[in-house]
Amino acid sequence: MGSRASTLLREEEIEEIKKETGFSHSQITRLYSRFTSLDKGENGTLSREDFQRIPELAINPLGDRIINAFFPEGEDQVNFRGFMRTLAHFRPIEDNEKNKNAAASEPLNSRTNKLLFAFRLYDLDRDDKISRDELLQVLRMMVGVNISDEQLGSIADRTIQEADTNGDNSISFNEFIKVLEKVDVEQKMSIRFLH
Amino acid sequence: MVLFFNPFDNLVCILLGISFTVWFTLLLVFIIVPAIFGVSFGIRRLYMKTLLKIFEWATLRIERGAKEKNHPLYKPYSNAIIAKEPTSLEEEIKEIRRSGSNRDLDSASEFEMSDIFYFARRGVESIMDDEVTKRFSAEELESWNLLTRSNNNFHYISLRLTVLWGLGLLIRYGFLLPLRVTLAFTGVGLLVFLTCLVGLLPNGRLKNFLSEKVHLMCYRICVRALTAIITYHDSENKPKNGGICVANHTSPIDVIILASDGCYAMVGQIHGGLMGVIQRSMVKACPHVWFERSEVKDRHLVAKRLSDHVEDKSKLPILIFPEGTCINNTSVMMFKKGSFEIGATVYPVAIKYDPRFGDAFWNSSKFGMVNYLLRMMSSWAIVCSVWYLPPMSREEGEDAVQFANRVKAAIARQGGLVDLLWDGGLKRGKVKDTFKEEQQKLYSKMLVGTQEDRSRS
Repeated sequence: MGSRASTLLREEEIEEIKKETGFSHSQITRLYSRFTSLDKGENGTLSREDFQRIPELAINPLGDRIINAFFPEGEDQVNFRGFMRTLAHFRPIEDNEKNKNAAASEPLNSRTNKLLFAFRLYDLDRDDKISRDELLQVLRMMVGVNISDEQLGSIADRTIQEADTNGDNSISFNEFIKVLEKVDVEQKMSIRFLH
Repeated sequence: MVLFFNPFDNLVCILLGISFTVWFTLLLVFIIVPAIFGVSFGIRRLYMKTLLKIFEWATLRIERGAKEKNHPLYKPYSNAIIAKEPTSLEEEIKEIRRSGSNRDLDSASEFEMSDIFYFARRGVESIMDDEVTKRFSAEELESWNLLTRSNNNFHYISLRLTVLWGLGLLIRYGFLLPLRVTLAFTGVGLLVFLTCLVGLLPNGRLKNFLSEKVHLMCYRICVRALTAIITYHDSENKPKNGGICVANHTSPIDVIILASDGCYAMVGQIHGGLMGVIQRSMVKACPHVWFERSEVKDRHLVAKRLSDHVEDKSKLPILIFPEGTCINNTSVMMFKKGSFEIGATVYPVAIKYDPRFGDAFWNSSKFGMVNYLLRMMSSWAIVCSVWYLPPMSREEGEDAVQFANRVKAAIARQGGLVDLLWDGGLKRGKVKDTFKEEQQKLYSKMLVGTQEDRSRS
């Protein structure tokens, strides 16, 4: 029903989330309304099933990996703060933010953090390295049954070969950044709000 | 002997008697008699206009109140929250690769690590806002209609507004609700009683004529029991015998709305309880198509009974809701192809409710039937528009699914609703894996396709 959405979210909380994520007041209330409509159990947190109920996400080949990105290690529920923190990665980078002083902590939607989000989609065991095995598994999710094991294996080998600079047969985060240094990450990993 | 005769009691009895008589006379004159003859005094439309003025005033007060206190107002936007680009998988991944590639396009590699950006973004976009899940809950309103159930800003209201709201509550629950409940019982009771009576007659023209009159009259009383203000458009396209009438489904009230303007043969499963009693007595007066629970699963049996019915030109047009479930009236979801396979002429009907007076959507996972009816009867009114669209038939070379989509598009266009391909069954069920497999296939083509180019060069 969404009728009690903004009454349950206190002004102080909205301010804190604003500072942490950079979303505007109206964007936060909008997303809170969305959060409560997904929260079928009405207990203030979302479980993996709540995400899987979104048909467009369920048909996404990497749907499960994306859902996983919302849940910290070992946890099964995500509250609104955690929800917003993950969504903040996709906020567009505004011009006046590019010149923030280095002393301030990096905003959640910086280029590096966007790349970190994508890196973590590949890194299944969260050991900060993408091994050949992990790459194969993610590739398998993306292509389904349409490509043979051998072909997929050679694709994975080629990719690691090109990216790996220190010879440990896996891709670290810095190697990942290097490979993608020319890609327009700011645009491709950002979602524009209409209001 | 002590007499318990109290002149004051006597006076109260007389007053009660008079007020009841006045009450029932008014009811009869203003509601039941017009219902029988299908005329209207225009009281409901006047009521609607007055209400609209009050709502506008209430919304202005809230906006002023919020501005004074410097709080940003929560503005519901029933359209999208985020900007979604309608580019395909292929186009987007090519674009991502193009921006990051060191090589030229002819020898583009088959896989880039940046491909994942596409899936990540699409996935998070659907988490922020998707086309399906919001269709299964009530639409949010922009102006406030004095019902606490439909607004988020009601803690910004002033004293005057609170008083108005309280007054509204009193009117709705103290006056309108009892009135409507009385009418509803009258309408349903008359329906059951009179259809049984008509059922005693032998089949023939007199029976059909009387059955039609009885059905129309009782449905009109039910329409007034909900204070439904309906505008019918293009009545020259009304469904004829031997045809199938299809409409978009928002609530069980759709049936009452359509049946108070024309006679239809209903299709459905036989229920127990009160519903079952009504169904069994209705079928005595004219042939409706009721199925036993066991027969519903057998698609061939269902199709056979429906086609037998439409072939008999003396029988009334069938009324079907091909979505199969209630949707919140902002969109039309996938039509099930069963009714489009039969081969009869299809008469599409678009029903659009005006949510400002009362939300007609039945969220069956949240509210049961009785709760829903109570909410309906304690809203201000049910205002809707019904458009009768020109009849359509299946064309050469068109299969049932394409025909169904064509009809759905026409209904969506007329009612101003969003035309979706998603299945209404997603309200409760999971989406089929075939859609994910389609995505995977598309992506694989991008990887394998360039491989073929390589071997050629």
